[in-house]
Amino acid sequence: MDHSAERTLSTYLTGFVLAVVLTAIPFALVWGGLLTGPAVYYVIAVAAVLQVVVHLVFFLHLNLRSTPAENLFFLGFAAVLIFIMVGGSLWIMMDLHHRMM
Amino acid sequence: MSDTAMNEDLLEHEERKSLESREFGFWVYLMTDAIIFALLFASYVVLSKNSAAGPTSKDVFDLSHTAGETALLLFSSLTFGLATIAMSLGRSGRVVQWLIVTLVLGLGFLAMEMIEFSGMIGQGAGPETSGFLSAFFTLVGTHGLHVAFGVIGICVMIGQVLAKGLTIPVRSRLFRLGLFWHFLDIVWIGIFSVVYLPGVM
Repeated sequence: MDHSAERTLSTYLTGFVLAVVLTAIPFALVWGGLLTGPAVYYVIAVAAVLQVVVHLVFFLHLNLRSTPAENLFFLGFAAVLIFIMVGGSLWIMMDLHHRMM
Repeated sequence: MSDTAMNEDLLEHEERKSLESREFGFWVYLMTDAIIFALLFASYVVLSKNSAAGPTSKDVFDLSHTAGETALLLFSSLTFGLATIAMSLGRSGRVVQWLIVTLVLGLGFLAMEMIEFSGMIGQGAGPETSGFLSAFFTLVGTHGLHVAFGVIGICVMIGQVLAKGLTIPVRSRLFRLGLFWHFLDIVWIGIFSVVYLPGVM
C-alpha cells in the first residue's frame, strides 16, 4: 500500500467537515422532530451511506488509482457477502413476522 | 556495489515486501470484521422490537449521550489522521503528541460507554432482560471491545515510536493501527444510524 499518497492536512479536514455535516443532519432531524414518518429513515440511511463513503475516501484513502486492486476486490467481496447475508436475514425474518401476525 | 551493500538492499526489499503482504492481510481481517458487525446489525434489527414488556429503546437511549460519543470518536479519527501526516513528515515527537490526544479521546469514549452501560444495567435494563437488550449489548459491546483493543494498540505504538523511532516496520504498524481506528469509526456510523437514531423515534 502506498503510504505517501497525498496525506495532506486538507484531505483530513475536508473529510472531517463532511463527516460532521453528515452526522449533524440526521441528529438534528431526530432531535428537533423536523420530519416524521418513513422520510426520516430515508434521510438517516442516505446520510449514513454517504458518511461511510466519505470516511473510506478521506480517512482510509481509498481510490481507484493508488489502492491495490486486490484490496478493492476484497472490499467488494465483503459488500456482496454483507448484502446477501443481511438482506437475506431481514427478508426472511420480516416475512416470518408478517405471517405470524 | 559491494556484496554487503547488495545484501542490505535485498534485505530491505524483502522487508518491504513482507510488510506489504501484512498490510494486505490486515485489510482482509478488517473486511471479515465488517461481516461480523453486519451480522450483529442484522440480529439487532430483527430483535429490536422484542422488548418482552421490559424497557424499550425509547426508555433507555439518551441522544445527547450518543452525540457526545459520536463527537469523541470523530475527533479521534481526525487526530489519528494528524498523527499519520506527522509520520509521513518524519516528525516522531508530533506523532507521539497526536497519538496521546487520540488515546485520551478513545478513553473518553470508553468511559462514556461504561457510564451508559452501567446506568442501563442499574435501571434493570441489562442484557438478560429481553431480546432487544441482548442484541443491543452484543452489538455495541463488541464495538466497545474493539475500541478498547485499539486503545491498547495506541499505547503500544506510542512506546514503539519512543523506543525505536519511525523505522519502516514501526511506520507499517502505525499505518495498520490507523486503518483499524478509522474502521471503528465507520462501524460507529452504523451504530448511531441503526440503533440510536431510530431507537428514540
